[in-house]
Amino acid sequence: MAKSVHEIVNSEKFKKLVAKRWAVSFFLTFLLFLFYYGYIGMIGYAKDVLKIKFGEATNLGIILGVGVIVGSWFLTVIYVLWANNSYDKTVSELKKELK
Amino acid sequence: MAILFFIIFIVLTLGITYWAAKKTKTTSEFYAAGRSVTGFQNGLALAGDYMSAASFLGIAGMVALNGYDGMIYATGWLVGWPALMFLIAEPLRNLGKYTFADVVAFRLKQKPIRVAAAIGSILTVLAYTIAQMVGSGNLIKLMFNIPYETAEIIVGVVMLIYVLFGGMLATTWVQIIKAVLLLGGVTLMAIIALSKFGFNPGNLYVEVQKIYGTKMLEPGGLVTNPLDAFSLGLALMLGLLGLPHILMRFYTVPDAKEARKSVIYATSFIGYFYIIIPIVGFSAAVLLSKGGMTGQDVIKSIDKGGNMAALQLAQELAGDPFMGFIAAVAFATILAVVAGLTLAAASTMAHDIYVNVIKHGHADEAEQVKVARTATIIFGLVAIGLGILFKGQNVAFMVGLAFAIAASGNFPALLLSILWKRFSTAGAVASIIVGAVTATTLIILSPTVWVDVFHAKEKAVVLKEVSDLEAKIKPQIESLKKQVTTVSLAEKANIENQIKSLEESLNLQKKEIMAKMPKAIFPLKNPAVFSMALAFIAGWLFSIVAPEKEAEQKFEDEKLRTYLGIGAE
Repeated sequence: MAKSVHEIVNSEKFKKLVAKRWAVSFFLTFLLFLFYYGYIGMIGYAKDVLKIKFGEATNLGIILGVGVIVGSWFLTVIYVLWANNSYDKTVSELKKELK
Repeated sequence: MAILFFIIFIVLTLGITYWAAKKTKTTSEFYAAGRSVTGFQNGLALAGDYMSAASFLGIAGMVALNGYDGMIYATGWLVGWPALMFLIAEPLRNLGKYTFADVVAFRLKQKPIRVAAAIGSILTVLAYTIAQMVGSGNLIKLMFNIPYETAEIIVGVVMLIYVLFGGMLATTWVQIIKAVLLLGGVTLMAIIALSKFGFNPGNLYVEVQKIYGTKMLEPGGLVTNPLDAFSLGLALMLGLLGLPHILMRFYTVPDAKEARKSVIYATSFIGYFYIIIPIVGFSAAVLLSKGGMTGQDVIKSIDKGGNMAALQLAQELAGDPFMGFIAAVAFATILAVVAGLTLAAASTMAHDIYVNVIKHGHADEAEQVKVARTATIIFGLVAIGLGILFKGQNVAFMVGLAFAIAASGNFPALLLSILWKRFSTAGAVASIIVGAVTATTLIILSPTVWVDVFHAKEKAVVLKEVSDLEAKIKPQIESLKKQVTTVSLAEKANIENQIKSLEESLNLQKKEIMAKMPKAIFPLKNPAVFSMALAFIAGWLFSIVAPEKEAEQKFEDEKLRTYLGIGAE
């Protein structure tokens, strides 16, 4: 059953896809802000916590600095996994309905 | 040795340019490499565009001289990439053709949008280019002992050859080669350095601590003003989402899925790079120590800013050939970044302004390619000219300016055009102009330009007075302090009082002198928090005041293309 552009864009399935896409995106962006500004906030307000040592010289600050980079990368991986498995599937289904 | 590696690199990249030139005939080939680049290749090329010589040599030096604060600075450069993925990458790929203005203009009136977007793009690219050209002139002068002007001309001419003849395909491959060389070189350097510490970064930090104390591994002077730190973070994170030379790369891949792959690869390479660089910096601070001099003294004896730290470390680790290799990599990095910027500027001038505004969108292939090449030459000459014009100037603020304009002028309009049905032409133009103008104005009025550039002499005078005063009084305090340990208990109290009053008067006089310090009109170093907010408000307000029925009707088509990729070019 072929549908028009208007029908597709206004279908429940399409609307849900768009809503979900931005929900995932904004949630991950929020986590990214939390990671980065949490770290920056600690540098501003909780310097002593960052000075806590693990081992002879390595401190929490060094670990968290690397952690922000690794954590942000990990958020990106989560997005890709979601998009590859969930988003792309719905997109190809919707594409079939068109025309 | 460096010259030899450099010549090998130039011959190799010119060979690629020759090959690419034969494949570059249409506009899509010139601007977007015929959309034939894979996600993995584009990821490397994006990383190549982003990892400049300034971040490689600069951050390594910063960590070597300032320790942990340099590391904090490094993290800020990565966090934009995930945001680029979540908010922009796929819609951008689906909606656009060659420039980000294509996206904003998708359902709005072409001419006003193209003109406004071109202003935002050109300002961003110009600021970024000036920073790169001046930085590269200085670096090449230090590395190869070539006069500044000659360095500018070499960079300008070589990158012009890449872009002019090979277009995006050659530029992409230059970026890829450079990214592989840079990542490989830094990795090799880190491995050899870490081998001196039993391959355990923990041991490296122990050695750092032995020489410089725990302070070197702890946060120091950064984040004193929370609002400023917040604003800088916003500019770094969201500015990336408005950098024309980065956004343009997404049109080189065939579809949104490859765009997605590009970002994950780019994020991986760049994240890895910023994790490794601090290890290089700390290693330099430790391993360059010789005789009575600490590594920091050795680094400062060559360049006060620490820009040569990575090269000095390379020489220490594996002698002149390795240093030559790293220097050639740094040079390749400069060339590649400037080439990417030039292509972005050319696409804006030729595609947005000439074809879509002057020619109303009607220009045949041959004409478009010709105009693109003309624009490339113009911008290349402008880049060389600006590089020479700004010789010896303090351009440290230029990168911050580029990111602030990108975050305020380009990003809000881009996001609103994707997300908001009622976004209108008036709203988009207002958003771009308000964002770009306020960001530029506020940076000029900020401490980074108003004080450090315009009132640099007054600032230097004040700082000199302070250091003279300290040089006079501090020895007195020191000698009194030495006496304290030798004298009787009764006298001790007396001397301690003297010390106290001396210290108090020192602080008081310091304050008096500091009051003469020139003050910035706008207090923040980076204005993004205000200028970006204003751009969003302007976009919203003008869309409400001047709505556009036609644009709202076209939103359905745009959505189909944004989310399903139907009709994407």
